[in-house]
Amino acid sequence: MSAASTSATFDKVAGIITEICGIDRATITPESHAINDLGIDSLDFLDVAFAIDKAFGIKMPLEQWTQEVNEGGVSSDQYFVVSGLCANIDKLVAAKG
Amino acid sequence: MRLEYFQMVDRIVELDLAANTIAAECTLPEQSPVFEGHFPGYPIMPGVLMIETIAQTGGWLVMAGLGFRQMAFLAKVSEAKMRSFLAPGQAIRVEATQDHDGSGYAVVSGRIRAAGKLVAEATITYRVLNFPNPALREGLLDMARRVGVPAELMANA
Repeated sequence: MSAASTSATFDKVAGIITEICGIDRATITPESHAINDLGIDSLDFLDVAFAIDKAFGIKMPLEQWTQEVNEGGVSSDQYFVVSGLCANIDKLVAAKG
Repeated sequence: MRLEYFQMVDRIVELDLAANTIAAECTLPEQSPVFEGHFPGYPIMPGVLMIETIAQTGGWLVMAGLGFRQMAFLAKVSEAKMRSFLAPGQAIRVEATQDHDGSGYAVVSGRIRAAGKLVAEATITYRVLNFPNPALREGLLDMARRVGVPAELMANA
């Protein structure tokens, strides 16, 4: 995964969050936590997920991620901090071939 | 249809999981307490019940696609349009297409037609969750059989 592709992914994801949640683009950084920092609620996150799935042609495994977080094995940062989210998107895109 | 029990779908007439489509046929009741209030002297089906009808039809499609292992709960309604009225006794056809099968959610667009004419449309987002208890699942499977979900789609349910 190159830095360039992650940066392009970040720009796309930040644009989606801005458009769907009405959050000022300037406040979205790679370190932002989608829920704790940006205040995206679960319903809006469904819309964000739908837009990301469509934009990247993937199916983010949200159920699996949520289960891992709820079971305490994984920090929510891994999936819900924007940089982590983008890295996971890049992995899913790469796996798709 | 039994509006006061929220039983909106009478029978499923098409269900194609490969094409992600479903169609149902329903007949509005001649009489219902709903019509007594909506409206006195001019009974028409409430728009929110048109949306509910689309949502339930799409919900059968989503749940059939999941082998009835999970439940589709209404989460969001968008792009809803009520283009004309529906009167007591009127026959309708409800069609829905699953636009996206997400992880933990699904998106369906649906529409109601009467005599071929488009009456209402909406896009529905569902949260897809595990059944909260076995009774709900059993009740829904009974209802699925009643409305005509093909038996082979419930074989592994």
